[in-house]
Amino acid sequence: MNLSDILQQPLGRMSPESLPFWQMLHDPTEGNVINGVIATGAASMVVIGAIIAVALITKYRKWGVLWSEWLTSPDHKKIGIMYVVLAFVMLTRALIEAALMRSQQAFGLGGGFLSPEHFAQLFSTHGTIMIFFVAMPFLTGVINYAMPLQIGARDVSFPVLNSISLGLTAAGAALVMISLCIGKFSTGGWFGYPPYTEASFSPGVGPDYWIWALTLASLASTLSGINFAVTIYKERAPGMKLMYMPLFTWTALCTSIIMIFAMPPLTVATAQLALDRYLGFHYFTNEFGGNMMHFVNLFWLFGHPEVYILVLPSFGVYSQVISTFSGKALFGYRSMVMATTAIAILSFGVWLHHFFTMGQNANINAVFGIASMLIGIPTGVKVYDWMWTMFRGRVRFTVPLIYSIGFIYLFVLGGITGILLANPTIDYQVHNTVFLVAHFHNVAIPGALFGLLAGYHFWFPKAFGFRLNERLGMVSAICWIFGFMLAFFPLYALGLMGLPRRSVAYNEPSYVPLEIAAFLGAILLTVALVTLVVQLWVSIKHRDENRVFVGDPWDGRSLEWSVSAPPPEYNFAVIPVVTGRDAFTIAKEAGNAYQLPDTYADIEVPKNSAMGPVLGAIGLALAFGLVWHIWWMVILFFAAAVVTMIVHGFARDTNRIVPAQQVRQEHRRWFDAVAAAKAISREDERKSANQGLAEQALPGVPA
Amino acid sequence: MNTIGHFQYVCMKTNRFLSNADCSPLKKMQRLMHTEHNNLRKPSSRVEPVPARRASLACVAALLLAGCSGDTHLSFLDPQGPVASAQRWHFVEALAVLVVFVAIPVFAITPWILWRYRYGAKSSRYTPNWNFYGPLEIASWAGPVVIVVLLAIIVWRDTHALDPYKPLASDQPALRVQVIGYDWKWLFIYPDQGIASIGVFALPAGRPVAMQLTSATVMQSLHIPALGSQIYAMGGMVTQLHLQADRPGRSLGENNMYNGNGFHQQRFTAVAMTPEGFDAWASEVRSSGIALNEQILKVISQRSTRAELNAALSQPRSPDGNFYFSGATAALFPAVVMATMGGTMVAPAKAPQEPANTAAPAARKPAAPATEKVQ
Ligand code: HEM
Ligand SMILES: [Cu+2]
Ligand SMILES: [Cu+2]
Repeated sequence: MNLSDILQQPLGRMSPESLPFWQMLHDPTEGNVINGVIATGAASMVVIGAIIAVALITKYRKWGVLWSEWLTSPDHKKIGIMYVVLAFVMLTRALIEAALMRSQQAFGLGGGFLSPEHFAQLFSTHGTIMIFFVAMPFLTGVINYAMPLQIGARDVSFPVLNSISLGLTAAGAALVMISLCIGKFSTGGWFGYPPYTEASFSPGVGPDYWIWALTLASLASTLSGINFAVTIYKERAPGMKLMYMPLFTWTALCTSIIMIFAMPPLTVATAQLALDRYLGFHYFTNEFGGNMMHFVNLFWLFGHPEVYILVLPSFGVYSQVISTFSGKALFGYRSMVMATTAIAILSFGVWLHHFFTMGQNANINAVFGIASMLIGIPTGVKVYDWMWTMFRGRVRFTVPLIYSIGFIYLFVLGGITGILLANPTIDYQVHNTVFLVAHFHNVAIPGALFGLLAGYHFWFPKAFGFRLNERLGMVSAICWIFGFMLAFFPLYALGLMGLPRRSVAYNEPSYVPLEIAAFLGAILLTVALVTLVVQLWVSIKHRDENRVFVGDPWDGRSLEWSVSAPPPEYNFAVIPVVTGRDAFTIAKEAGNAYQLPDTYADIEVPKNSAMGPVLGAIGLALAFGLVWHIWWMVILFFAAAVVTMIVHGFARDTNRIVPAQQVRQEHRRWFDAVAAAKAISREDERKSANQGLAEQALPGVPA
Repeated sequence: MNTIGHFQYVCMKTNRFLSNADCSPLKKMQRLMHTEHNNLRKPSSRVEPVPARRASLACVAALLLAGCSGDTHLSFLDPQGPVASAQRWHFVEALAVLVVFVAIPVFAITPWILWRYRYGAKSSRYTPNWNFYGPLEIASWAGPVVIVVLLAIIVWRDTHALDPYKPLASDQPALRVQVIGYDWKWLFIYPDQGIASIGVFALPAGRPVAMQLTSATVMQSLHIPALGSQIYAMGGMVTQLHLQADRPGRSLGENNMYNGNGFHQQRFTAVAMTPEGFDAWASEVRSSGIALNEQILKVISQRSTRAELNAALSQPRSPDGNFYFSGATAALFPAVVMATMGGTMVAPAKAPQEPANTAAPAARKPAAPATEKVQ
């Protein structure tokens, strides 16, 4: 690369042929037209969606609000909400892709309608998006929202860094969306093994899109991990010992620690692959001393712990939900904490089970197989303790609880197939078949996604001040659960019948009925997502009937329920003092949950900062330039990133004061609402009588 | 003697090799059909050696695949050899332990709890602050521990017993086979027989096969579910796999590691034959196969499915999409390993079908290594 190259190629390797409809116009065979129409349709959805969003914001003059209230906000609650919105947008795309793959396979006997390359892009983007831009932002959003409230903190330790993490994650997601419109995404799957993804076998932009999207996402997650861990160590309310923390906070802590240690291997692996591709290094090539097995090791050194990054926060949600809706303290809190930390530690010692078939000797395989099974022990304990939590409780079948029950059942099955896969001898048979696909969806969907959806239903009233529609929530939950079963149980059978994963087509007629069942399952899952959207719309429409401003709609047990819904930006007018587990329940039982302080103090909160959106935009531009070899762009935005960070280093006056007077006013207004509200029994929990004030059982009298 | 006669002779021979495969009613019907079809083609007289290579290839092909795909064994749950049967047993054993001791208890107790302790059930006991009971805690840990210990013992035992690198116990010497993964076909080399094949992996029933594998391109995974384990094939490296078929029959073979557009077509049929059948097949291929020379190897190493390879090979075409080669030596496999490692192997000359991406290199200066490799 020299100056004249840069000048001669201002658009790098971009050309009209990078557009999704180019091939269809120039070589209009039937196959090309079908694939071109689908690709162009997808690209148009992205473009039209963006245009509509911009138009609506302009029409309602919301740019100012968007910028000052949301994008630049350092408030962990708003950042959390934006993370979840991002996750839902990306979930929609990834689910459409999944349904498309399922329909291709349903018609896949001897062909189908998608080209192999198109199919390969679908499974690669679907997997990449689901992991890095659905599950990760969703859980990061939920942790962001709930964790500081649970520990009685005013915000996370590094609010601006939090906003930067969001910016970088969104940049990664945007890069994947852009790949729909210009150029093509990788076909190397979500783990992008070299040498297939090396320049000699995949010369196009695809793997570069994948590399830089993952780089942005992995940096963002490392930073989030640091932020959360420090927050939990440093910002707990007085009196909240580690062993008083709600279980969700414990799982957030363990997830953060895993993020800190597991994301860097991924960043390194993709960086090395980038060096191979851009500068002719030979880390993972076949030849000149390269070795692809190093990539495989590094990737799974990230990849296995990643699984626990995904499921632990959901385990935390289930713990809160089951305990809350059973009206009972969590059974075996200590065991739960031990099990969570044990899982976090063990998760780093089992990565090799992803490649038992790479030819290491039997001792190594057996040791890693047994190590993998060990994780089944703490996981099993958790399942039992959830059951004992419901035992002798008063179980209310709310939407989050339905997800939890679906989870207990399905996760046991996912765990069983996981233990089967941990047997090297069995793995030799089902590895890389759709049996494996069924297994990891069986863990990811009930284990991670259901938990996050349960959390969404659980904390939504806290975040927005009104409850979600119960009936539609129930319909959606049932569709998720049964849709999952219909979509993935057939894959177990297909895997045992020898169908390799990532097969665009097959020749065995005996696969067809099972493929069709799986396709129907995917449709049911799509219905589930649509129902969620309808539910949101209906709930917003009827929000006034379902207000819970007082803030405790579910007779909650931890501190987030002790403040108004939505909470003030500083969370707590007065920082609570904690004397035990289930701090809010203790206060309610003691009759001092709602009290007016004698005096109010000024509260310091972080000022808005443009660092998040600015660094996100710079990151996106830098990544885009790298993907397309637009070197002037790379140089420009790299410099911009460095300058921005240095300039930010000089910012001194980063906090502002919320005056005591305002705090007092807001707190009084809420307190008046508390006083005016009628406490309800759990019977009326899902009726409009629920204003967020829970009736307390008299001591000694069963509720 | 004409070519047809030769064709018929070989056809009949193969059906005999395959004659005692097991079977379901459907398969039985198919077998009946085959028999009939056989009778029609009784050779009329003695066979002359190799009148036309093309026709003989047709024979080798026809005898292997014609109309028989319904007989193909797909799964280790329908095992055709000792490894797959052991794997099936291990699968059933582990599944049974897990279902009986994990799934059934949870599945039975959970609904009972949910019903008994539902919100409306005012008569059931309610202990809102009950959060610890030692014996129950201990049992909750002990249960999983016991199950995992049990399974760990099975894992240790079976992982060693079924190590794919471990030669299978047998009174017969193993048949040596070297496998090279190309995009998107497997080349099976029988160094001791001096032959090779694509699309078909023939083996003698009852005798172990010792395979060495490598890849001339990206990572691949060789898998014949009904016979046994899968193992990765990687460029510049050699892995090993030991398998055996117990009886004559066909099994599905495939690649399990995605390697591009033709991935789903990188299939083959593992055909277990009687020992005599195998010898006859080998000598048939030796005398009538395509000579495996530089030129042919170069064509094979292009990115192509079997159908595309068939079109690319100018001379003898194969009617069933399988290829049989003579003149394969033991030197070929190590040569490919070394060449791949050293970087002199031909990288895919036919670039992947990505117009957007292939267009650019002419205009820009491509990254150095890419050009080095495409020698
Ligand atoms: C919600 C409904 C979902 C459906 C219908 C679905 C469907 C699919 C399908 C059809 C494939 C391709 C299977 C194959 O290779 O043969 C796939 C792959 C994959 N899915 Fe999903 N999926 C869903 C949700 C998820 C979720 C929630 C996650 C993760 C959190 C996820 C992660 C993945 C991954 C990692 C792959 C592998 C991609 C690869 O092969 O590299 N999926 N999914
Ligand atoms: Cu793993
Ligand atoms: Cu797993």
